[in-house]
Amino acid sequence: MQNQSFGILRGLRRFTEGSVIKIKINDVLLQTVTKVASFVILTFSVYLFLAGHHNPGGGFIGGLVVAAAITLLFLAYDVKTVRAGFPPVDFKVLAVSGVLLAVITGMGAVVFGKPFLSHAFGYFNLPLFGETELATSVIFDVGVALAVLGTALSIIYTISEDMCIWKR
Amino acid sequence: MSWLYLIILIPFLYAVIVPLIFKHIPQIHTGWFVLPIPVLLFMYLAKYVTFVAMDSPFIHSVPWIPSLGINYATYVDGLALIFGLIVTGIGALVILYSIYYLSKEREALGNFYVYLLLFMGAMLGVVFSDNIIVLYMFWELTSISSFLLIAYWYQRKSSRYGAQKALLITIFGGFAMLAGLLMLANITDTFSIREMILRADKTTAHPLFLQSMVLLLLGAFTKSAQFPFHIWLPDAMEAPTPISAYLHSATMVKAGIYLIARFTPIFGGSMEWFWLVSGVGMITLFWGSFSAVKQVDLKAMLAFSTIGQLGMIICLLGLGSAAMYYGPVKEAALCIPAILAALFHLVNHSTFKGCLFMVVGIIDYETGTRDIRRLGGLMGLMPVTFTLAVIGSFSMAGLPPFNGFLSKELFFTGVLNASRLDIFRMETWGMLFPVVAWIASIFTFIYCMVFVFRTFAGDYQPQKLEKINNEPAWGMLLPPAVLASLVILFFFFPSLLAQYLLMPAVASVLPGFVEASLGIGPIEAWHGWTPELIMTIGVVVVGMILFANYHKWSRFYGYIPVWFTLNFAYDSLLVKTEKTFEKITRGYMTGFIRDYLLYIFAFFVVVLAGVILMLNSFAFNPDVNNVSMYEVVLVFVMVVAALMVLLSRHRLVAIISLGIMGYLVAMFFVIFRAPDLALTQLVVETVTTVLFLLCFYFLPDLKNKIGEIGFKAANMAVALGFGLIVTVIALSAQSNRLFETISWFFENSYELAGAKNIVNAILVDFRGFDTMLEILVLCIAGIGVYTLIKLRLDSRKVSSKNR
Amino acid sequence: METLMAIIIGILFTIGVYLVLSKSLLRIIFGTSVIAHGTHLLIITMGGLKTGGPPLLDGRAVSYTDPLPQALILTAIVINFATTAFLLVLAYRAYSALGTENMDHLRGINDNE
Repeated sequence: MQNQSFGILRGLRRFTEGSVIKIKINDVLLQTVTKVASFVILTFSVYLFLAGHHNPGGGFIGGLVVAAAITLLFLAYDVKTVRAGFPPVDFKVLAVSGVLLAVITGMGAVVFGKPFLSHAFGYFNLPLFGETELATSVIFDVGVALAVLGTALSIIYTISEDMCIWKR
Repeated sequence: MSWLYLIILIPFLYAVIVPLIFKHIPQIHTGWFVLPIPVLLFMYLAKYVTFVAMDSPFIHSVPWIPSLGINYATYVDGLALIFGLIVTGIGALVILYSIYYLSKEREALGNFYVYLLLFMGAMLGVVFSDNIIVLYMFWELTSISSFLLIAYWYQRKSSRYGAQKALLITIFGGFAMLAGLLMLANITDTFSIREMILRADKTTAHPLFLQSMVLLLLGAFTKSAQFPFHIWLPDAMEAPTPISAYLHSATMVKAGIYLIARFTPIFGGSMEWFWLVSGVGMITLFWGSFSAVKQVDLKAMLAFSTIGQLGMIICLLGLGSAAMYYGPVKEAALCIPAILAALFHLVNHSTFKGCLFMVVGIIDYETGTRDIRRLGGLMGLMPVTFTLAVIGSFSMAGLPPFNGFLSKELFFTGVLNASRLDIFRMETWGMLFPVVAWIASIFTFIYCMVFVFRTFAGDYQPQKLEKINNEPAWGMLLPPAVLASLVILFFFFPSLLAQYLLMPAVASVLPGFVEASLGIGPIEAWHGWTPELIMTIGVVVVGMILFANYHKWSRFYGYIPVWFTLNFAYDSLLVKTEKTFEKITRGYMTGFIRDYLLYIFAFFVVVLAGVILMLNSFAFNPDVNNVSMYEVVLVFVMVVAALMVLLSRHRLVAIISLGIMGYLVAMFFVIFRAPDLALTQLVVETVTTVLFLLCFYFLPDLKNKIGEIGFKAANMAVALGFGLIVTVIALSAQSNRLFETISWFFENSYELAGAKNIVNAILVDFRGFDTMLEILVLCIAGIGVYTLIKLRLDSRKVSSKNR
Repeated sequence: METLMAIIIGILFTIGVYLVLSKSLLRIIFGTSVIAHGTHLLIITMGGLKTGGPPLLDGRAVSYTDPLPQALILTAIVINFATTAFLLVLAYRAYSALGTENMDHLRGINDNE
């Protein structure tokens, strides 16, 4: 037990065993709930992101919710395990590419002779979806989401990584 | 079409490549590469002479900051052209001289020529620009390049001292001048000097007239080293001698004269201008000549002599400005010779003083000293240098057959004419001018004699010299020789100079007077037994007697106590200011960021409270009715949570309370119909709380407790005041409505952006730029966190290094 | 409601400022967070509260609450998150490197030495 869990989880257990709150959290319980919950949260985040155009939601929230889901995973398991389950993406690169995507979307308008960051939208008849609205602002929003997600995760990841060093 | 406005930028552009030349072609002296620039500029400017003599000035304007009316406008008239020719002409000679004076092996020539070109371009900019803001910019640039050149040998303490002094005084004047110019721009509603001159009649009655005049003159007097600001010039002699010859006698110090001449059409004709300019000039003339006699360093002597000569030119400009009082009528003819004399002497001074500085440079270079107590009898060693020195100093003393004689005669004409004026109380004080002028001329004569005969005649003392050499290389003799030949040439052909350069310049100082042909006689060497000639003879006779008995009366200079001098005042002022401000700064800069924050918050409170009280803008319409029970509960819980954060001694409790606050804010957003905000706030709060716990809970060695927050009255007062102000602002903002709302625009988001969620439409479309920068900030913060964590300084290494 | 909000915003600012002026690094970060909450509430109160439905053009509401402050606050929340994270890590690093969170002890090196 001691060597398999470190980072946040070990810290979390320590504070539950400490003097403040005298409840024992069962790791198994947390992990089981997390398995389901994170899946739900991630799905919900996609919905939130896409809903942003017409309903509450959008890039900021979408990105943050994904970050929150992954943070939950970090908490329930440990950083290394979670990292192993994801494609090896550097979160910093993710954040920077988000910003770049947003900038490039803005530049696109310049190519068409419009002011920087002008957006266009139109209605198209797509198979399966029926009449669908497509807007370039969604691409900008993807950039926003990626930047938020990348930054939040890189902050949390760097800190927890540092914790591991600190522990040893 | 003319390219003048580009031409004067050439020195700046060329300055960029000079360091490269210096670095990559070290075998050839960099000066040779710089020399063509002023020569070409001189030739280019010379082509304007005939146009300007035919009275057709040039103007070219390029918009710079058009929204403020600031244009990069160049203007060529007689006055600007004289200065332009002096700057480029003397510049070429000085660069040639410097090639032999400065060693290419030992000196940082790259720096030297960059500064020199910087100065040349700036000085051309000063004299040719028509826009006052551009003029001011170039003006300060000359101060800065002068600073850099004085401190060229920055290893020496005295160089740094001199450079600092020059910078402090001239920049002080420059700021004053800027204020004056802006006032003037305000009065005349234009930034163009020519426009100002056209509207000059309106300025006299304006309440800011006197202030703007005094401020402008401060700029001119500091730059031209007028009493009591002259103290920087002797210390500026720490610069290499070519620089002293160029900046500190021929060109830069004449910028003040240029300014006074340029603004004479605007301010001239008023009594204050007349007395300020001529009075300060006269005092400076006397003080400069008087102090020059006692100097033992040849360069210091020339510095004080420059001060005196500048004073003389300024005095003449002041006397001549009385012509503006009369307008172009017969009576004004009395004053015009003064202006002519000023401009003529300006040219002459540049020639003979440049020559003399170069002679001093040669003496210094060949013998290793400039101290007249150690020099003497050099006549036999350096006959050519001796000849040049005689030509230069006899011209300065006002003897024929040199150009100094002509301008000194004209100077006497000017002061004698002025004493016959019956305006500005001159009927009472008028005689003062000829008398002081005559006495100052005697001192001028004496130091000229000292300069020549103490150095070249007398006993030769080789044991006191560091090295003994004969004549220098031809390249060092050629430039002063060119100037010396001009000294003689101008004596024999003054009318040529007058026709092509001086009269057009007089026309630009006193517009409309030359055309009126008020019968200004030509400049002639012999004009009969006039009072001027008798005065000159008197100067020579008395000067000879005093010079012969110099050792008898020179002890008088020793009686002036040290604490009475201006230098002493300057030094103690500097030291005291520095000490006082250090004390004040140490008093409030405690090194604790907490204190600084306290200042910031307190300032914020005071300023806002003051504004609200002054504008009486507090308004309060209570609306307690539409508050539901839930909201009251929420508010109550919020306050409790905030107090928990404040008072809790337990880290975990505080963190959790903060989290509760965040969730409550999200609840408020729900109540206030802001679903996007509520969602975002919830997620952000979750992630933030995790972060807090990560950072502050799991560190093993640290205690969970944080100390008691304690009570500090000052902090509490500021905090309460801050909260109160925010509440007052919130209440007042609710009760007042200054502008119509702009939010209706965003309600068209479906038509404009195809989005039904207005908030998101604002974020990604209407204000997309903000969002883009925001995620950039986010990204930077993320990278900042990453660097903070990854950057590991070995703490032991750091601490041992500091010990 | 606006009056009530104005008062609670004042209280939040008071507490936040007092926290920022304290000695403990952690309390300073708490203070900035409290001030941030106060600011968000201030901005939304400035736009007028409950003047209409949520700013979603779904045809269910006739009038909407002011969307502009909401957009501003959304930006502010995210920026605040970034700065808080940065501050936290700064404090954490100061902690782990120097072993104290008392501002009086974090004084750096005297320039005279």
